[in-house]
Amino acid sequence: MAEIHVEVVAADRSIWSGEAAMVIARTMSGDIGIMPSHEPVLGVLQSGPVTVRTSEGGTVVVAVHGGFLSFADNKLSILAEIAELAEEIDVARAERALERSRSESDAGAERRAEVRLAAAAGAH
Amino acid sequence: MGAQIRVYKRRIKTITATKKITKAMEMIAASRIVKAQRQVAASSPYADELTRAVTAVATGSNTKHPLTTEAENPTRAAVLLITSDRGLAGGYSSNAIKAADRLTERLRAEGKEVDSYIVGRKGLAYYGFRERTVAQSWTGFSDSPKYADAKAVATPLIESVLADSAEGGVDELHIVFTEFVSMMTQSPVDRRLLPLAISDKAAGGEGESKQPQAKPLYEFEPSAEGVLDALLPRYVESRIYNALLQAAASEHAARRRAMKSATDNAEDLIKSLTRLANAARQADITQEISEIVGGASALADANAGSD
Repeated sequence: MAEIHVEVVAADRSIWSGEAAMVIARTMSGDIGIMPSHEPVLGVLQSGPVTVRTSEGGTVVVAVHGGFLSFADNKLSILAEIAELAEEIDVARAERALERSRSESDAGAERRAEVRLAAAAGAH
Repeated sequence: MGAQIRVYKRRIKTITATKKITKAMEMIAASRIVKAQRQVAASSPYADELTRAVTAVATGSNTKHPLTTEAENPTRAAVLLITSDRGLAGGYSSNAIKAADRLTERLRAEGKEVDSYIVGRKGLAYYGFRERTVAQSWTGFSDSPKYADAKAVATPLIESVLADSAEGGVDELHIVFTEFVSMMTQSPVDRRLLPLAISDKAAGGEGESKQPQAKPLYEFEPSAEGVLDALLPRYVESRIYNALLQAAASEHAARRRAMKSATDNAEDLIKSLTRLANAARQADITQEISEIVGGASALADANAGSD
């Protein structure tokens, strides 16, 4: 079976890389699912969880905050300024950040905290 | 003990204390170089992928973007100079400043007005002392820059490139930083970041394979313009981030070298002062012996005379 080679990289480190059967991400114009032999695509991502279904049948969820995805020759790279694996996310801290950003009405921070929580929930 | 020896001993003691400090600084800098190098390496996958994506958009579409098009006759340029916050790093900051001066002169000779943007307290102090105008400056992160710092530096630069040159915008963006070649070699370089040069795109920046291959025809999501709009600022940020990281690694390497030569110099000084102290001690002893011998013979002469 064909596979996609996925690289998830943040600005300062590489987050995850491996083989996947399908990747679901959210671009500016809606969710996009990428399977092997998809046409080459270059898209701007919205902050949100990216779901990777690995070839072994597992699921990896990554919270990305802005960034791009580029796919060609069955190689997918997801670039994000900030990205975190769902299991790395500290739920309690994200919840605190969400409350704080709500009380300070900081839309950017609120969105980031929401994305983190969504990604963490998706992983469990 | 003779006065001379006391002076030598005191100097040896102070130099030994200084040597301990420079030795410690050398070792701290050496350990930080490794960390800084690791950060450069960790940031390169992002930079490589971003370069690939920019190349793909630039070659795969005919979209014009203010960040990629050359102005008909550029009249204003911005120079971003990266220096260190702290001294004791040999010629590190002054070499970068000199490189920026040369670039500024060259740009002025081409009839362009130059706006200076500075990172690092040393560069700022140099410009401040000479009362040159600085468009904007940032300090406090030169030894371990974060991506957020690069973003903070890049944002006003991108804004001024996008702005019209009549309204204080610039047509070109140059960056001067110290490239980390190896542990022993760091050289100041100047690069033009914007507008993107075609050769730059073809070469794909640093660390990318150059084999010619057919570029895949990309589908752009939401549109080629939209992708380019979002992509180019990130590209500039990542280049600035890379420059900041390399400059940090170079700063630590320069400081390590400066401190190593300071330590070596202290060792030499201690050695020659010890020799001088030994000679002075020996001279004291010799003098005492000759005084005793002289006194004894004088006594003997006096006794012989009275007999």
